Amino acid sequence: MNFKKTIIIISASIFFLSTGLKAETEKECFEKISRGIFKFNQGFDRAILKPIAKGFNKLPDPIKNGTGNFTSNIGTLLTVPNHILQGQWKLAAESSASFLINTTVGVLGFANPAKKMGLKNQQEDIGQTLGAYGFGGGCYFVMPVLGPTTVRDSIGMIADTFIDPFAQVTIREKELLSISGSEIDYFSVKGATVIDFRAENMKNIDSIEKNSLDTYATFKSLYLQNTEKKISNTFSSQDGDDWDELSK
Amino acid sequence: MKKLINSLVFVTLILTSTNSFSFNSDPKIFITELVNDAIKTLSDKNISKADKNKKIKTIAIENVDIDALGMYTLGAVRKTLDQDTLEKYKKLFSEYFLKSLTSRLSEYSENKFEVIGAEQKSEKYTIVKSKVVESSSQPEIKIDWRVYTKDPTKPLIRDLIFEGLSLAKTQKEEFASILNSNNNDINILFSKLEEFIKN
Repeated sequence: MNFKKTIIIISASIFFLSTGLKAETEKECFEKISRGIFKFNQGFDRAILKPIAKGFNKLPDPIKNGTGNFTSNIGTLLTVPNHILQGQWKLAAESSASFLINTTVGVLGFANPAKKMGLKNQQEDIGQTLGAYGFGGGCYFVMPVLGPTTVRDSIGMIADTFIDPFAQVTIREKELLSISGSEIDYFSVKGATVIDFRAENMKNIDSIEKNSLDTYATFKSLYLQNTEKKISNTFSSQDGDDWDELSK
Repeated sequence: MKKLINSLVFVTLILTSTNSFSFNSDPKIFITELVNDAIKTLSDKNISKADKNKKIKTIAIENVDIDALGMYTLGAVRKTLDQDTLEKYKKLFSEYFLKSLTSRLSEYSENKFEVIGAEQKSEKYTIVKSKVVESSSQPEIKIDWRVYTKDPTKPLIRDLIFEGLSLAKTQKEEFASILNSNNNDINILFSKLEEFIKN
């Protein structure tokens, strides 16, 4: 991508994110279309993703765990610069150490000895970094195959490919420390990440689909709550709840 | 989101599947006793599925503030409804809640659970912090329990927040979506609840 295009994307991003600043993320961009895409995604899941995930679940545990560890370790490459952008120096150091240990002692990341050493490795991306800077999510929508997102997070997803070293050596075909790759490598790892997630949540997603009165709204709520939690890096109860409203 | 959805069903189950007896009134001990008993019950192979469902319903009625949960999930719309409509909603919500719990009953019984602390938020609420210990098949899950303590002798569970995700809030947004798509017509929500209960 040339410099001019990059500037246009950045300018457009700032415009869209500015309009979403402090705005409610619950607002829909185009709900009817999103619901249609959500249905398509459910069909895609039933026809392709779920059967593959079911097959994946039949593999021996070391292969399943190794796949999860491997994709998570590669994800750390995107996490580290985002920790730095958020000024989280300690977490950046821990994630870097985790990546180095898992890539070497953990045999290219298939094992996760860093976890046993107590090193944290939470996943971060540009969407979260923008959120940490105070940009609101903008409106919510669903993308084909990729699923739920917001304006901020979708722009963040594109921006990720510019700072993620793994994306640089694969889809951008640059060489870093004599390491190079191809688009196939990038999409294989992303595909494996999705299959690992789907396989791990087989029963739970089935249960949500079975017990929800409006599955679209349930997934939307879970996505938005999860995004907020990741941005604030909190894992405890929300203080800003509205339970006290009950007594009024 | 990996661990989050992963814990949804399990957490909901341990909330409700316990033996029928009164638990300690201290919120921390209340949750500890309730969950440990739930796990014990779920792993008891001598109890039939029907009996387990029966126990789940009994204990949920005793230890979960279902009416308050129903009102919370209805949101601001509740203020516009007359008493008869509210009573109908309460009845339908209770049936829906109990059925959705029992239908989620499955193999979530071999997990080790630990209460790690409690924080009194106000006179009315205490948040009990806990975790499901990591196992070979399950990552560690942090679970917060919103316990209603207005009556200190009888704590009641109002919400579960697992890894930062509130079950009550999710339910509330689901109902809000149905109402918003149908001009806030409560009868559409009623028919969806009835359909779920019937099937």
